[in-house]
Amino acid sequence: MNSGLPRWADLGLLPLFNLGLALLVAGVVVVLVGQDPWRVLAALLHGAFGTPRGIGYTLYYATTFIFTGLAVAVAFHAGLFNIGGEGQAILGGIGTGLVGLWLGAWLPAWLLLPLMALGGALAGLAWAAVPGWLQARRGSHIVITTIMFNFLASTLLVWLLVNKLKPAGSMAPESAPLAEAAQLPSLHQALAAFGIEWPASPLNLSLLLALAAALGVYLLLWRTRAGYRLRAVGSSPGAAAYAGIDPKRQTVLAMMIAGALAGLVGMNEIAGVQHKLLLEYVGGAGFTGIAVALMGRNHPLGIVLASVLFGALFQGGAEVAFEVPGFSRDMVVMLQGFIVLFSGAMAYVAAPLLARALRVGRAHG
Amino acid sequence: MDEVLVGTVLASTLRVATPLLLCALAGLLSERAGVIDIGLEGKMLFAAFAAGAAGAALGSTVLAIGLACGVAVLLSWLHGLACVSHRGDQVVSGVAINLIAAGLTMVLGIAWFRQGGQTPPVSDAVRLQPLWPGASEALGPLFGGALLGHDVLVYAALALVPAVWWLLYRTRFGMRLRAVGEKAQMVDAAGVSVPRLRYAALTLNGLLCGLAGSYLVLAQNASFVPHMTAGRGFMALAAMIFGKWHPVGAFWACLLFGFLDAVAIRLQGVALPGIGEVPVAAIQALPYVLTVVLLAGFIGRAVAPAELGRPYVKEH
Repeated sequence: MNSGLPRWADLGLLPLFNLGLALLVAGVVVVLVGQDPWRVLAALLHGAFGTPRGIGYTLYYATTFIFTGLAVAVAFHAGLFNIGGEGQAILGGIGTGLVGLWLGAWLPAWLLLPLMALGGALAGLAWAAVPGWLQARRGSHIVITTIMFNFLASTLLVWLLVNKLKPAGSMAPESAPLAEAAQLPSLHQALAAFGIEWPASPLNLSLLLALAAALGVYLLLWRTRAGYRLRAVGSSPGAAAYAGIDPKRQTVLAMMIAGALAGLVGMNEIAGVQHKLLLEYVGGAGFTGIAVALMGRNHPLGIVLASVLFGALFQGGAEVAFEVPGFSRDMVVMLQGFIVLFSGAMAYVAAPLLARALRVGRAHG
Repeated sequence: MDEVLVGTVLASTLRVATPLLLCALAGLLSERAGVIDIGLEGKMLFAAFAAGAAGAALGSTVLAIGLACGVAVLLSWLHGLACVSHRGDQVVSGVAINLIAAGLTMVLGIAWFRQGGQTPPVSDAVRLQPLWPGASEALGPLFGGALLGHDVLVYAALALVPAVWWLLYRTRFGMRLRAVGEKAQMVDAAGVSVPRLRYAALTLNGLLCGLAGSYLVLAQNASFVPHMTAGRGFMALAAMIFGKWHPVGAFWACLLFGFLDAVAIRLQGVALPGIGEVPVAAIQALPYVLTVVLLAGFIGRAVAPAELGRPYVKEH
């Protein structure tokens, strides 16, 4: 998308401008419901970054968003809109959880945990490959198929928990707890091993996995031939086909990579925090991934930064809801909606506005 | 099978199908004009919230439905502003509308009513009542209860099927609306405004979403509950596709999906002869599976309007 802006403004200023617009609208809503926006903002920032525990929570949320954001971005570079991150992440949790439940009693952690990550990634990959294949070979619109697959994934999860995994005599739709070897160490445990003290939070080692995944996506897309082929199809399927690249193959491949990335959410949520398979562990993160990818301009570095931003909003929002009566943390969901609106759907409105402002500024400066 | 059981299944099929049908027809009007609408869910949710809030606070059925439709039309126009006026991505805009509706209904609900996002119950005087309350006693459970014992919105939804068909296939407006979804350039060349037609389609779309949301609060439930649409908007989208973007097809698809929902609960733990026990999840998943299979062309073929998702740029 050519916004007519200089590169620094396109990558740096435009996302901030869009964020500012979204925050402005959210601020108006805060005023309308009779709250003081500055008080809310201060409480939010303090909740997200004010304490080491808050930072832990912020980065824990960010970890999941990095995975789902990358899942949207990789598909985007191949010219596909992957709205199925939610379902792919659910399958990732199922894959991770099932491997952990099956092999937890036999394998040591150093072998089991990579296998669980692999299980999650493969489950997500398979779940995304089907819509990719249907789009490539049968021409069904990937947006519709991935939406349907989101619902199928949550139905599958409910069925697995209620009919297969629920221990006898238990009422809650949850699996038995994972064995100790299947639990990914949290960061405060890992740091304690080196003698560093950090307050307890759900933040775990999958943050490192997420950062590695972001680096991996960068290297794949911009430093390898496979990534070049993928991006070539994304920017012009016709020209790519003329150059001997099969667009259909790239469509399926891109979806497989995207699904595997979303599937790694299972490591953060199931292996890292919940230590059992249960309902609602994705909770809309697949859709947050869309906002993250748009905000981060589909670049891994941008996605990591946007994930931290959204992690802070989720964590800070929860704290504000605790402190300010009548404030809902769903304010963050609404804010996501405005960010998607301004930086995605209204991209042709915001960018020219900013470009004009810059030109005016330069003419006067 | 006894008459009472058939009657209750048929009655609940119609009740489940009504909001689906209203939403599917809404989506159909927009998509036949070339505008993808995955924001049905959000519009229905916001409309339900408006109906619940207005019904509880103002105590008027007309105001509740009017505000629900008004809010949904405003969201439709927001979609139009992003995608018709400013060539934005229609799918992304739909996602934005769903997120805004999911968040904002909670924020407003908690701030205004302080009941965890729920609205206070709507009084019986405001709720929609069966048009003929004694139908079941007078004509028996099948004809009376299942077919004639519903409220006005159920019959309105049923009447809208031929109405939308007539509008699309028998009026000049409908012909232009379909044309703008197949070849927008031709419509433009004929001197008819493409944006105006698309905004008209989106306005009708908003009105129908408003009715769907109103039905959830004023007939099915007695108050607005957070996230109460629970994927119905997406199921309506599936029904519209399963009905091949045609009002009559969408009608049958909504009835089928409604029927599956009605029997899913009753089949829990029941062993069917020859098949054995069918998991409820399998029946609940069926609408989505069927839609995927149809869209892939394995049973018949669903062909989307040609201009679907393409913003129209007027040549100079």
